[in-house]
Amino acid sequence: MQTVGDVGARTVPIDDVVAPAYRDAATKEVAALISSEERLARFLAGLPAVDKVGCEQRAAALATRSIKATSKLHAIGLAISMIDLTTLEGSDTDGKVRTLCAKARRPEPTDDAVPPVAAVCVYPDLVATARRALVGSGVAVASVATGFPSGRASLAVKLADVADAVAAGADEVDMVIDRGAFLQGEFGRVVGEVVAVKEACAGAHLKVILETGELATYDNVRRAAWLAMLGGADFVKTSTGKVSPASTVPVALVLLEAVRDFSSVTGRAVGVKVAGGIRTSKDAIRYLVAVNETVGPEWLVPERFRLGASSLLNDLLRQRRKQLTGEYAGSDDLSVE
Amino acid sequence: MSLEPKGAASTPPAFDYAPAPESRAVVRLRSSYGLFIDGAFVEPIDGSTFKTVSPSTEEVLAEVTCAGPLDVAAAVAAARAAFEGPWGKMAGRERAKYLYRIARLIQERSRELAVVETLDNGKPIKESRDVDVPLAAAHFFYYAGWADKLEHAGYGPSPRALGVAGQVIPWNFPLLMAAWKLAPALATGNTCVLKPAETTPLSALVLADILQQAELPDGVVNILTGDGATGAALVAHDGVDKIAFTGSTEVGRRIAEAVAGTRKHLTLELGGKAANIVFADAALDQAVEGIVNGIFFNQGHVCCAGSRLLVEESVAPTVVAMLKRRLGTLRLGDPMDKNTDIGAINSAEQLGRIVALADAGEEEGAERWSPPCTLPEKGWWFPPTVFTDVSPAHRIAREEIFGPVLSVLTFRTPDEAVEKANNTTYGLSAGVWTEKGSRILDMASRLRAGVVWANTFNRFDPASPFGGFKESGFGREGGRQGLGAYLDV
Repeated sequence: MQTVGDVGARTVPIDDVVAPAYRDAATKEVAALISSEERLARFLAGLPAVDKVGCEQRAAALATRSIKATSKLHAIGLAISMIDLTTLEGSDTDGKVRTLCAKARRPEPTDDAVPPVAAVCVYPDLVATARRALVGSGVAVASVATGFPSGRASLAVKLADVADAVAAGADEVDMVIDRGAFLQGEFGRVVGEVVAVKEACAGAHLKVILETGELATYDNVRRAAWLAMLGGADFVKTSTGKVSPASTVPVALVLLEAVRDFSSVTGRAVGVKVAGGIRTSKDAIRYLVAVNETVGPEWLVPERFRLGASSLLNDLLRQRRKQLTGEYAGSDDLSVE
Repeated sequence: MSLEPKGAASTPPAFDYAPAPESRAVVRLRSSYGLFIDGAFVEPIDGSTFKTVSPSTEEVLAEVTCAGPLDVAAAVAAARAAFEGPWGKMAGRERAKYLYRIARLIQERSRELAVVETLDNGKPIKESRDVDVPLAAAHFFYYAGWADKLEHAGYGPSPRALGVAGQVIPWNFPLLMAAWKLAPALATGNTCVLKPAETTPLSALVLADILQQAELPDGVVNILTGDGATGAALVAHDGVDKIAFTGSTEVGRRIAEAVAGTRKHLTLELGGKAANIVFADAALDQAVEGIVNGIFFNQGHVCCAGSRLLVEESVAPTVVAMLKRRLGTLRLGDPMDKNTDIGAINSAEQLGRIVALADAGEEEGAERWSPPCTLPEKGWWFPPTVFTDVSPAHRIAREEIFGPVLSVLTFRTPDEAVEKANNTTYGLSAGVWTEKGSRILDMASRLRAGVVWANTFNRFDPASPFGGFKESGFGREGGRQGLGAYLDV
């Protein structure tokens, strides 16, 4: 069984690339920081602002990178290995999940050079099914939890949801933050839930979904990312996929800057997962370029970057065949998930 | 501090970008070019020839003509005839049709223009493709809209054209500067003799082809390739009513002397040494992008480049460290590669000037830094360079380098920032980075610069006037104000 690996063990040297607000934070005990609503609020307000125009301009500039030939093939393989192959529908069944797991183990059955995906992501009640279907595959089982996608449930219910998923064999838990609490300034509550869920994960890796589409501003995205990281998140994740807009490159950029700065201050590397609306190889490669140029190639590994998607996988396979043979595969040449 | 990649053991395979060169197939360069006079390419009367080379490879691209004094006279005569003839009498709405047509043709032939520009100038293809060419088209579109509305432009009920405009443009944005000059001149009913820079004649010659394609009446625009002597002959010619020049302050001064005491109207857009001011409360990640864009865009060959970074002392180490890390991701090399961020220096002469000033900076005691990068063997190259510990007295803080060299100075208070920013003989542009709106407005009113960018840098729009204070020149290009440079007001 492959898990996401000990992300915390990979340390990055603390360097000077860190704003004063972060440095202040570094000298305080994180625990003391997150135990006080007032201190938390002050800390978050001290984070450097994000300029919307500049951030989107940078994302657009990164999108003009032209990834061709061998680089494209490399990027496609990398993207496949970073996919959390996802099904999160009310209509999900055991059969649907088993089909997805088969695809996850061997995305391209005729070609051993194609890696398995990183994980299969399902609702908690289908974790056991996924677990059985993925035995010996090296593909992790991820489960959304904590009243996904809205998170509008009591903490007790959220923790039970997590415990359920973990008991059924989830290697990774994708929780949602309480966006309502965040927007009304109850930062302590947000981070407290992350801490509690992290504990309930009992070793399973925790991805914290910020649902950036509901946070409205990039400043909020940066602050929410810091809350999640302070609470112990192994990954910060953009979206549930149930809210529009889902992941965008500018949002990913803000998250990547946040994990870069957090790692500079604390030495702990947090991963980033982008999810929702990523359907084409071109989209995926844009994210990889953003990772490469924002936080560096050390983050271009499945332990530190994930793409939550479903239909993306077949487009990557199609583009891969195109790179190798010069011809596009027909829609029936690739298996449905 | 570690800016270098981490140790080999845990480092995943690098995500290298394979070469992604733009195709040259779209361009058919002729082996030699004549002068564009009276609507046709003609052999020179007393001109000579010279070769134009690609700065990134030193490859000879084409042989072009260096117009002599008689060629200048012929071009001015053709422009005069066109002014007295069809163009001067044409209704504004008819002139507008030609401008719209030129704008659309620039768009249609944008790939060709971008490739020619990059080959001849050395700038990255992504910049010629995404900035130079689209902005050139935008200028023609913008001024096409003014052509039949001049009586509403604030220059009186019936503003008149000046006549024949002599226009001398630089090598840093060859096509875009041609558009900046031609579009307002034509919209207001003038005729033109345009002299492109010696090292970058080709895009103007493609533009001549576009003017033919647009069926612009003969003689309305004449294009004379050549050197400094050609420009001087044009400036000195009696038949010219207006001189518009963009280039160095040194040449601008000589032009002003030559024009003084004549009937000629003059606008000058000259050098700059812009301050890019970063306050502690700025959105730092975006400010760093703005600093990079401010000085490394077009290899720093930008008159309004943000060549002096003024950063608030409390965040200076942070900003410099962030900047250095970001510079590590810049890609220098083949300008035709779509992933290239930093192209070639335009000429050996310009490279010599940059090297001399950078060396002076080191001798005067400033700290010099460049990211590790390999310079190609052929062509003219200079790595992105940052000087810290720069004092306002240093030459690199006072003189225009016109290259990818940033001088970093610090300040403690807004007043000190203003004082240092204004402490220059130039005054073309400035940048202010802060989250505080009131401070932006206050700084903008106190900075003696033609353009003040807030939380951005090097953004251009045809509707926005551009021009200098002090030794950065006078007159405005772009916007409603840009019409005034070509009207008898």
